[in-house]
Parts: sequence; structure tokens; C-alpha cells
Amino acid sequence: MLVVELRAAVALLGRFPALSGVDLTVGAGETVLIRGPNGAGKTTLLRLCAGLVRPESGTVTVLGHDLGDGTGRRSVRRRVALLGHGAALYDDLTVVENLRFWARAAGLAAGSGPDGVDDRVGGALDRLAVPDRLVNQRASTLSEGQRRRVALAALVVRRPDLWLMDEPHAGLDQTGRDVVDGLVVEAVAAGGTVVVSSHELERVAALSPRVVTLAGGRVVDGPAGGPVGGGTG
Amino acid sequence: MGTILSDALLVAGRDLRIEARSRVVLDQVVPFSVLVLVLFGFALDADHHTLRTFAPGLFWVAVLLSALLAVQRSTALDRADGTDTALRMSGLSPASLFLGRAAAVYVQVVALQVVLVGGLLVFYGVDVEDPLLLVVAGLVAGVAVAAAGTLYGALASGLGVRETLLPILLLPVLAPVLIGATRAYEDALGSAAVDGWAWTGLLAVAALVLTVVGASAHGALVED
Repeated sequence: MLVVELRAAVALLGRFPALSGVDLTVGAGETVLIRGPNGAGKTTLLRLCAGLVRPESGTVTVLGHDLGDGTGRRSVRRRVALLGHGAALYDDLTVVENLRFWARAAGLAAGSGPDGVDDRVGGALDRLAVPDRLVNQRASTLSEGQRRRVALAALVVRRPDLWLMDEPHAGLDQTGRDVVDGLVVEAVAAGGTVVVSSHELERVAALSPRVVTLAGGRVVDGPAGGPVGGGTG
Repeated sequence: MGTILSDALLVAGRDLRIEARSRVVLDQVVPFSVLVLVLFGFALDADHHTLRTFAPGLFWVAVLLSALLAVQRSTALDRADGTDTALRMSGLSPASLFLGRAAAVYVQVVALQVVLVGGLLVFYGVDVEDPLLLVVAGLVAGVAVAAAGTLYGALASGLGVRETLLPILLLPVLAPVLIGATRAYEDALGSAAVDGWAWTGLLAVAALVLTVVGASAHGALVED
């Protein structure tokens, strides 16, 4: 079953094409590394798959939703986690208040229970190894690495079907990087799908047998729907 | 509808909690509004009779200028650190986002009015002849100010323009609200013989229209 299917997808950044006729398929349970130089279109590709960018032409189908129309884009967002460049934390809220807000915003019920905010937030904090002393601190007091971890925790709370991660190791120490790798493995083991954009090719290549290279908004090597063989060069 | 309201409460609670922690409105906007009121007094170089005559208009100009700062603060909250993208990914409906933001701004605008009414009593020596009209007109006009401010704050943010453009976009839209609220307060404070309740009715219509338009249009404004 295909989770992501792009056919001749074109996406604009302002008035300029950031993606020009991209073909890409990602199956359920796959981990795919997107690599390429700065400005290659990696971030736009992830935002396109997240339903944040409207395809200018071609077809984009994610989790069965046609992202060519607004309804499809809005529907798919609930099932997708996008780790972008920002941590999406409110500086004047504490770590746990931030996580509770994003959990409630994702539609989780307040209170405890398996699908309640309390249990999900507690579980995510444990999974991301966020120290107890940070939980009730304001986000403004966190380091960049700590903010990144909390941002990941906010996504773990949602239990998405598709993970889109833009430079997930950026700003993290070794422990944090290991936690991210563990998250990717767990997500796939749970039936999820992961698309990672990263410059840390060796680290991500260990997680993903499939690498797709973008340059100038196009896929430039390997069949877009098949394995490339782990080349990371 | 229940989900929209509960989500709106979630957003309003977030904004008010952030305000309670950061105290931007309390420490900066409220002193600014009082300062505006005092400076009007200096500028007019007037006795209490003149100040009482012009008090309704001066009060509402001070409210609008101060509300602008509150709206800019509200808009800025969801522009930093990728929170705007996260909100679009969250599943919160644009209508609930609008209503929540507007509700938080509304609470702040009403709090500003309370302080400024105190300023009118102390600095301008006004007498309140119809307290009920004063309260109702203030509450209703506050809805219009909060709804228009939130709507145009989202518009300015969606256009990617600097917040300095917000006053140019917003103040012309609020001109009818300024006129209606001033007339209502002229009646409530006894400074002119007008039907303040009729003006309050018009304010209510404006508040309803701005709220409905804002909740409907917010989705288009926050999408790219």
C-alpha cells in the first residue's frame, strides 16, 4: 500500500518552482532518506506531503487523500507529523503546558486514560528522555537541543501514520540523536512510515535502505519508487 | 459546534495564560492607554467641562490605540518558532482559532476599558449617568474591536507584511465602531443628547457581522 504517491508534482515557492515534476512513491512501513544540497527542494517536498503546500500541477496523494484540493490537504494533516525547523513552542508556557496544548489541539481528550492527554504527554516525555526538572520550566529557558526534544515529544503524542522529519538530528547531542533514531525504528515497527530529510547521511542511511536525491527540484538518481541501494554520497 | 467552542476555549486559555505570564498588556499596554488619556488632557489644556464634553471620543480613541498593541501581540504569538505551521498541522479549525484569539483579545480590551473608565473618573471628572448603558456599550463595542483586530491581524500576518501595516488596515474598519461607541458613551456620560441604546444596537450588528466574517474568512487567511 502506498502512503505517499507523487506523479509529476510541481510546487512553487512564491513564484518560483521549488519542485519540478517530481515522481516519488513511499510504501507503508518504509523509511526514506531525502538528500540533496541546500535549495534542492527537500523542505518543500516535506511540506507538500504534509498538505501545507498546494501542488501547482501533477498529482499528490498522501494516505489516500488527494492533496490537489483543500479538503484533502486539511484532512491529511491530522494524520501526519511534520518536524520542521522551528520547535513550535510558546516561550511563556512550560514544557508540559506546551505539550498539553498541542495534544488537545490534535483532538486528544483531557485527563488520563490510554488516549487521554495526561498519559500520552507523560509517555512522550519519557520516550524523549526529557528530564523531570525541565517539565515545569518555561520553554524560553530551554537550550536548542532541549527544544528539539520537546518538539519531537509533541509529535510523539499524536501517534501519526506518517512522519516527515526535516533535519531531525540538528541541534541534538549524541543521546538525543540516538533517541531520534530509536523513534524512527519504533515508528516503522508500529506500521508507520517515515520520510527524513537530512545532511547526516551516514546516520540516516543506517536507518533507511532507500535514498532519494533531489537537485534543482528534481529527483536526480535512482528510480523514484524503488530502492537505490543505500548510497549516501 | 461543540468542538469549535471547546477548541476556541483552548486557544483563548493559551493566549490568556501567556499574557498572565508575560504581562505585556498589564505592564506595557495599560500604562500606554492611561498615558494617552492624560496626554489628551494636556493637549487640550482644558478645564473639566471641556474634558467631560470630549471624554467619550477621547476614551474610545485611547481604547482603539491600546487595542492595536494587544492585537499585534496576539498575532505575534503565532508567528514565532514555527507555531503557525504547527497550528495548521494541528487539526484546529480556523474558526475555532479565530474565536479563541478574538476571545483572548476581548478579555484584554475589556480590562483596558475598566482601567480607562477609572481614568475618566479621576482625570476628567466625568459623571456616569447611565451605568448600564456604559457597561453594555463597552462590552458590545469590545466584541467588534476584538473581532476586527483578530481578523486584520491574521490578514496582515497572512500577507507577510510587517505589523506596522496593521493600524493602516484596521483603523479605517474600526471607524464606524469608534463613532457608534462614542455616541453611546456620550449618552451614558450625559455629554450629549443622543439615543445611546440605538447606537449600541448598531454596535451589536457590527460586532456580529465582524465575528461571523472573521470566523468564516480566517481559514482563507491562514492558508497559503
